[in-house]
Amino acid sequence: MQELRFRSKLENRIPVQTCCSVSLKTTPAWVSGNVATPIGSVPQVSTVLSGTDYWEHFKCRTTSYRNDYTVNPGLYAVGDPDRNSDVLVSANYKYSFDSLRRELKGLDVWILVLDTKGINVWCAAGKGTFGTSELVKRISAAQLDKVVAHRQVIVPQLGAPGLSAFQVKQTAGFKVLYGPVRAKDLPAYIRAGYKATREMRRVNFSVSDRLILTPMEINPAMKKFPLYAALVLVLFGLSPSGIIFKDAFTGGLPFLFLGLVSVFSGALLTPVLLPCVPFRSFAVKGWIIGLLSVFILTRFVPSLNQQNTYLLIVTYLFFPQASSYIALQFTGSTTFTGMSGVKRELRIAIPTYIVSCAVSVILLIMFKFTRWGVI
Amino acid sequence: MKYLLNTATIEIFPEKCTGCGMCVEVCPHEVFTLNNKKAIFQDRDSCMECGACVSNCAFNAVAVNKGVGCAAAIINSMITGGEPSCDCSGSDKKSNCC
Repeated sequence: MQELRFRSKLENRIPVQTCCSVSLKTTPAWVSGNVATPIGSVPQVSTVLSGTDYWEHFKCRTTSYRNDYTVNPGLYAVGDPDRNSDVLVSANYKYSFDSLRRELKGLDVWILVLDTKGINVWCAAGKGTFGTSELVKRISAAQLDKVVAHRQVIVPQLGAPGLSAFQVKQTAGFKVLYGPVRAKDLPAYIRAGYKATREMRRVNFSVSDRLILTPMEINPAMKKFPLYAALVLVLFGLSPSGIIFKDAFTGGLPFLFLGLVSVFSGALLTPVLLPCVPFRSFAVKGWIIGLLSVFILTRFVPSLNQQNTYLLIVTYLFFPQASSYIALQFTGSTTFTGMSGVKRELRIAIPTYIVSCAVSVILLIMFKFTRWGVI
Repeated sequence: MKYLLNTATIEIFPEKCTGCGMCVEVCPHEVFTLNNKKAIFQDRDSCMECGACVSNCAFNAVAVNKGVGCAAAIINSMITGGEPSCDCSGSDKKSNCC
């Protein structure tokens, strides 16, 4: 029985080295100690996030920093868990792992981190990396049957698309309990005897949920902006005698500004105002917001208002549809759009975009030709 | 918030359903409810085709054309062929298993 007694070694921060659960070369700041188990010591993690953690989360929300932000897969301890403690399954995207551990204050539980290639639970479940075979493999690699006496694991509900609970039970002998959608509901779920309320099972998509996603909508759109800007400046500057810089800027500036307007109406305004914008189609929502933004701004900023008929038509043809296209990208970030719906939108939207882009180009060429006196 | 109506491909096969309630439990959008020990649709249009109900139904009583509702993924798959997947960030560099 001696070996079954678990001791927490909070006081000494020895480097964590275990066999198949987790191997860490250097101890990260969020590891607060070790917990001894029959299979060796398991790193114990803090339930308090540091300033560094929050700064890293900010970078994940705004940059590609998120693409390589991982924790090592394997078993971790929270508090001082023993043979009867619950096992919570998570992904190895550190943001996911952090979102879980910070909700576990005062609990003694195990966390089993799956190798999801640094992707969060829901997305990884969609890809299958948070899946049956990975969970079965990880249960056996961590020798979970030796660490705990019970035979059940708590998996976030949003891991369900990747998992087959009955297959995990058949293959690994562990029952999968689907916990709440949000980690913050875990303590209440456990207290209630592993019962989730309807509210805990539902995915929401509040204005703050949407707003926090917008930097990573704006970012990729802005990556294409320099190319767009170059094309606009060349087009407006082009003359039979070469590129005139003065024309490039005076003529091109309204289009550059309206390009930015399209990005912000498609990638920021549409996502934030999503339920308030009429129609269900994201392409239509983005187009409406784009059209309104262009209309309102050209009223208030007279220099944006084109006197030339060709340019005026292009202004209303191109920029609302650019906003529409960018808004359509947000379908990838929502919690409620399905593949069949997006495919249906695209069947109409893509031909529309191609036609309006082609017409815009033709109108711009006609504009240049009238300028040069060809027509 | 609800997406386009009548697009979801989800189906229930009542003859196979045992009324275990697993689909009700895993669905993030309350698409199902139980009625007389059978799963029925309570909000079919909210289905986002994630496939959680299908993979967790031990009786094959639910079917859906599972996939990602992401325009970028679908446009990508149109260009390159193959199934839409959210591999745009692509970080398959390392595996930390021992």
